[in-house]
Amino acid sequence: MKTRERPVNLDLTKFSFPLPALTSITHRISGVILFVGLAFLLYALNLSLSSPTGYADAVALFDAPLAKFVTWGLLTALGYHLVAGIKHLFLDFDFGETLQGARLASQITIVAAVILSILAGVWVW
Amino acid sequence: MVTNATSLTRSGLSDFIIQRVSAVILALYTLVVIGFLLMTPELDYGTWVEFHAGTVMRLFSTLAVLALAAHAWIGMWTVGTDYVREHYFGQRATVFRSIYMVICVGVLFVFVAWSLQIFWRL
Repeated sequence: MKTRERPVNLDLTKFSFPLPALTSITHRISGVILFVGLAFLLYALNLSLSSPTGYADAVALFDAPLAKFVTWGLLTALGYHLVAGIKHLFLDFDFGETLQGARLASQITIVAAVILSILAGVWVW
Repeated sequence: MVTNATSLTRSGLSDFIIQRVSAVILALYTLVVIGFLLMTPELDYGTWVEFHAGTVMRLFSTLAVLALAAHAWIGMWTVGTDYVREHYFGQRATVFRSIYMVICVGVLFVFVAWSLQIFWRL
């Protein structure tokens, strides 16, 4: 079937990514993490609203070190996804579409997400 | 070549708009729930149920979970069509991607049904 060599896209594994590209792929990764993590959150929500005993069980569950770490991880992913999403909405309204603007917006996104992650850590522990 | 038969609306522009509208709904819902938790340090079962059982909050939760289903469908579809394709997965890419989308949509259906049960049985 192959009659001639088709052009191949850039090899993404050998590519030096600029910062806006890294914040973009992280936005995607955080979204997939939230998709998977939602099962854990719904399980805990269901338990906490089922009965007073279930509520106590859910509170105890969130006291376990692993659960605290998972909660912190999900809050970090949520914070990042939220901030990067807001950046996206700004881009949709033509803010930060220059090269310098995109770099600055990416830097702000990372700084804001790190601050939110630290605050989430303080909240969880 | 990737067809868009499994995208949410089969229209890039509609998907684009739904993605953004649902994002705003989810952002507001997140702020309300986390804001409530932060402002209620001495949370107990009664207060927690009361918070979720109000009609406005129930409707908001329902809206949020429907927004989430649309948002995640579009997001997971975008990820799937960008990475699960012939260049990385060979000729079976379309089969893999179809299976991937069925799993994603199935999981989202469970999320929606489960959430509605949680919020409306209170």
